Amino acid sequence: MYGNGYTSPEEAAKQKPDPLAGEDLQQLALFEERIAKGEKIEPQDWMPKEYRRQLIRMIEQHAHSEVIGALPEGTWITRAPSFKRKLALIAKVQDEIGHAHLLYNAAETLGKSREAMINDLLSGKSKYSNVFNYPATTWADVTVIGFLIDGAAIVNQVINAKGSYGPYCRALERICYEESFHLKQGHDALVHLAVGTKEQRAMLQDALNRWYRPIIHFFGPSDKASVHGTLLMKWKVKMASNDDMRNQFLDQYVPKIRELGLDFPDPKLNKNAEGIWEFSDPNWDEFFATINGNGPCNAERLAVRRWAEEHGRWVRKALMNPNQKQVLPLS
Amino acid sequence: MQSFDPRVNRIKPIEEKTEMNIGEAWEPYEVFHQKKRGDHHIHVGSVHAPNAAQALLFAKEQYGRRQNCVNMWVVKTADVTQFQYDDADIFETAIDKEYREAYGFKVRDKINAYKKANP
Repeated sequence: MYGNGYTSPEEAAKQKPDPLAGEDLQQLALFEERIAKGEKIEPQDWMPKEYRRQLIRMIEQHAHSEVIGALPEGTWITRAPSFKRKLALIAKVQDEIGHAHLLYNAAETLGKSREAMINDLLSGKSKYSNVFNYPATTWADVTVIGFLIDGAAIVNQVINAKGSYGPYCRALERICYEESFHLKQGHDALVHLAVGTKEQRAMLQDALNRWYRPIIHFFGPSDKASVHGTLLMKWKVKMASNDDMRNQFLDQYVPKIRELGLDFPDPKLNKNAEGIWEFSDPNWDEFFATINGNGPCNAERLAVRRWAEEHGRWVRKALMNPNQKQVLPLS
Repeated sequence: MQSFDPRVNRIKPIEEKTEMNIGEAWEPYEVFHQKKRGDHHIHVGSVHAPNAAQALLFAKEQYGRRQNCVNMWVVKTADVTQFQYDDADIFETAIDKEYREAYGFKVRDKINAYKKANP
């Protein structure tokens, strides 16, 4: 699961006015021609520095999101309400960690070591999807995450799987295949509560109320006006605007909640005559405050991740070869 | 730090800085799987491992836990030799390579002509 690639305001400010300065124009033309033809870029190919930098940032954020995304669900494994749900949740959490491996590999092909990426996560330098900075306080939250967050992630990943960087596309294809199980098990668990007792429905509605805003935030602020976005779209690093992806998600999933006689806590959430979903101002200040470290669970997520690193270190160290040189995965 | 989740509080999460050392993530191995007997082994991705035996174990978890699979190979990435994409022109076929393709050999017209001349 994953949210959209996020550029912090500080990072946007660091952005060079001319990201193509100093590039070999002949190589650049060949590179862009290849992408325009629909060909994939492979790790050994020439690529502009900005393409490499943006892809590392995006794939790395995606990988971190898989690792951190497993935490709110992982903690519910011991409390799953039935054996079947427990098995499904264990399998899903294992898949998420597997996705992180696939994505770290894809990012490594661009030259950043796995150790450097993990360290940037642990220090808080790298971001991950903002939704995971919120707690999963009841079992209904787990069903909402499994259905709606994974559903949103699939919208994003299916679109990005058509991008230009070969290793990222291959990883996403495999991920999307596994996500279809996540979505089905999430939907099944959510519907089970929705058609259950009054208490179960109330618990689910409470979870929908709390997750509504993070879900609207999921695809990031509107980026239609961004000049930088145009270059990334041309290079097929970004395949759709945040607004378009959010709209596609709402179009697919709001009806699936409403058909259960449940709703999101927003009277303005409706499709207009042009087919565009409208919603109340989701308070982007809260989004920025959370992604910059001040959300309800940011500190806890990283502290748990650090704990895992420290407690797994003896195994990794016992097996490591001290003379090993850095090798990039092939593809 | 206090979590709403007692499981998190029990492990005493680490709040101070911690880092992974270079080499702790081991090195990449390329993974090939065979879906059924008689098929080729096909490259599916890579894993990080400290040695080949461990790489096989991770490959099974990562690439063999869901779809059909009867066998796997792992190869140290550092041991793979490949062409450079820059040299892709060496794969370009000459315009006239009919002599090495099945479609380059047509006999039906000759046979028909022979049959017509020798009824």
